[in-house]
Amino acid sequence: MSGTTQKEVHTIQQPAGGYRSSGIEIVRREDFSDVTYLLELDHPMMARAARPGQFVIVMSHEDGERIPLTIADFDREKGTITLVIQAVGKTTKEMQKDCQAGTRLISVTGPMGEPSHISNAGKVVCVGGGLGVAPVFPQARAFKEAGAYVIGVVGFRDKSLVFWDDKFREVCDEFIICTDDGSAGIKGLVTDGIKMAIEKHPDIQEVVAIGPPVMMRACAETTRPHGIKTMVSLNPVMVDGTGMCGGCRVKLHDGMKFACVDGPDFDGHQVDFEDLINRLHRFSEEEKQAVEKWTESCKARL
Amino acid sequence: MARKTIRTIPQERTPIPTQEPDVRVQNFEEVAIGYGLEHALIESERCLMCPAPACVPACPVNIDIPGFIQKVIDKDFRGAWEVIGDTNLMPAVCGRVCPQEDQCEGACVVGESLAPVAIGRLERYVGDQAIKEGWTNKPWIEPIGFKIGIVGSGPAGIACAADMAKAGCDVTIFEAFHKPGGVLRYGIPEFRLPEPVIDAEINNLVNLGVKIECSTLVGRLFTIEQMIEELGFHAVFIGTGAGTPRFMDIPGEYLNGVLSANELLTRCNLMQAPHHDTPLGLGKRVAVIGSGNTAMDAMRVSLRLGAEKVYCIYRRTIEESPARNEEIEHAEEEGVEFHWLSTPVEILDDGEGNVRGMRCIRMELGEPDSSGRRRPVPVEGSDFEFEADTIVYAIGTSANPIIGQTSKIKLNKWGFIETDEKMATSLAGVYAGGDIVTGGATVILAMGAGRTAARSMKEFLGIRDNSVVYENQRDNLDSTLFGIPKTERNFVRLRTG
Repeated sequence: MSGTTQKEVHTIQQPAGGYRSSGIEIVRREDFSDVTYLLELDHPMMARAARPGQFVIVMSHEDGERIPLTIADFDREKGTITLVIQAVGKTTKEMQKDCQAGTRLISVTGPMGEPSHISNAGKVVCVGGGLGVAPVFPQARAFKEAGAYVIGVVGFRDKSLVFWDDKFREVCDEFIICTDDGSAGIKGLVTDGIKMAIEKHPDIQEVVAIGPPVMMRACAETTRPHGIKTMVSLNPVMVDGTGMCGGCRVKLHDGMKFACVDGPDFDGHQVDFEDLINRLHRFSEEEKQAVEKWTESCKARL
Repeated sequence: MARKTIRTIPQERTPIPTQEPDVRVQNFEEVAIGYGLEHALIESERCLMCPAPACVPACPVNIDIPGFIQKVIDKDFRGAWEVIGDTNLMPAVCGRVCPQEDQCEGACVVGESLAPVAIGRLERYVGDQAIKEGWTNKPWIEPIGFKIGIVGSGPAGIACAADMAKAGCDVTIFEAFHKPGGVLRYGIPEFRLPEPVIDAEINNLVNLGVKIECSTLVGRLFTIEQMIEELGFHAVFIGTGAGTPRFMDIPGEYLNGVLSANELLTRCNLMQAPHHDTPLGLGKRVAVIGSGNTAMDAMRVSLRLGAEKVYCIYRRTIEESPARNEEIEHAEEEGVEFHWLSTPVEILDDGEGNVRGMRCIRMELGEPDSSGRRRPVPVEGSDFEFEADTIVYAIGTSANPIIGQTSKIKLNKWGFIETDEKMATSLAGVYAGGDIVTGGATVILAMGAGRTAARSMKEFLGIRDNSVVYENQRDNLDSTLFGIPKTERNFVRLRTG
């Protein structure tokens, strides 16, 4: 009667003793720099369901906050998903300190958001800057798999921060690294990389840009005169991530959208970045205090 | 004993002990402290034990109200709890948050000449006793091999899960948040519904053998179709609750300091902001737009979290306000300033992207609209401005799009799931109920929908819908109905012709 079929391979794990979930295990950690780190999580169902462009909401401990993080990679065979995190606020700094292979995150929910639409564009530029380098990777790979000619453009401050260049080279037909000081690749911003690509390939049909809002705005402005479709991935303040709280509302030229259920990908030429940047500062005072308080408490424990 | 009449019962409705407004506004303890034994015994005497009670059909989950009140009179509180438990696993929750005045108490015969029997307060008393004493009562459940999936652990999902578990099904609830309870957990503040009460009553569900999977976003992690086709569920109930908050499309809605009531409540109820890591960002002068129960909760939470001034902006009058009278009274006592017949036209900017204040316009009531309420119309030139640093929208929610985005289920033109009167959706074996079907409503209406869906599910699966037999009534087990033991759940199918 229970309908056990061969298809039922992804048995849902049942936490013992009531509802308190035992959490999600971190199977691997890698540090790219003193602020950027990678966590690979064991979550076979999520690895199976995840599509490029989607994100998860992570809670590291019982009293923690829920933070949205874009899925940087997923491995269906290993049953893992990968997050690349920049330690900027209290929670991400705390996670940098506490999250090691073998430890657990109390809650990882997702994959959230509408997957990126992998169009049948023949020639695509995938742009990643800072925090956005990792999440643009699955999109580059998906475009490659869909048969597109993929040009990767990634930006870092300097050579020491560069990561995943080998992974990108595997899926990109052309790959441009941009650094502020020219210590790796070309000297300049990702917009310079985009301009280079557009000059060389006038037939580019789509640009995907993920990174800090200022960078995404610059990318959208770079492509606007050329009329090239430009998709950006927005990461506004969120609480539930399931379309209930409305904290993630973003202003588009044609009205209000909610990044967690309508996005996170939007047409970059439609986004009011001014508004997005303002709304990202909503809790800057609280965030500053939280970091200070946490730093103090770390010192006190030493 | 002579039959009770309206003249012989205690004439006054027993008041419920309540924290004083100036004290309670400083804490998150419960506002209404609840009946003691004495209160409960006196109040229970006010029930006339009508042979054909009007209160029972007025209850969305049809609790045997005279039945449980009789047990209270007999001081058999455990018995009272078991009577309620037949139809409702959450008396301590429902006794607190149900709008009884529109349901059981609204239909109470005593209410025709005196104040109605305080059914809700009695129900709460019974529920609280069960929690205090740690009563559990495992029904006699014979597994019948059906696997039921419930999406959402709010009131609708809980009610449906309980009924299906009692019928012997293997029930799993999937919850997107990290804690179960849905709106009970994220929406209703501590001072109206303390967390230990939710925990205790959800535990009743776990005692029925229901499994609860948190941090699981159905639709995205797996779809409704996959639940039936791949995960082996024989039937699914969707009770995903509220959707995206509504805004008004007036200037200034994107400023920092503008948020939805659901966001405010989620931050401080579920996430315990600002005491835990989640920030709250609440200002000193808070204006809440709307006048429903959610608006009242948002205002009263704001007062407790240090707001000095809290305004309620509503375009109609107190008469049309959808909130319970009790909630409005409590809010007023605690210091909320009500601005009836006002509607915002603009949220004012401080020049740095934050809220500085609000400009409103006065309204007057015109002709009745389709809802039968008089339509508010703006009074020209009546604009007024006031200072505020937090603006909270509590004007309802739209449909949550996730299930619609990820499944072929039929939605209505507003994006809510379309169901028939038995809560069946366009997908065979898939039922839905609560806010995802009706839009914003109450806890108990969602529970009622969950129970209706459970009845339909049983019909669909061929499960006999008889009353529960508890383990402590095992001597009853031998009794039969039409020669079929009471614990037998599968229909005996007749073959004709």
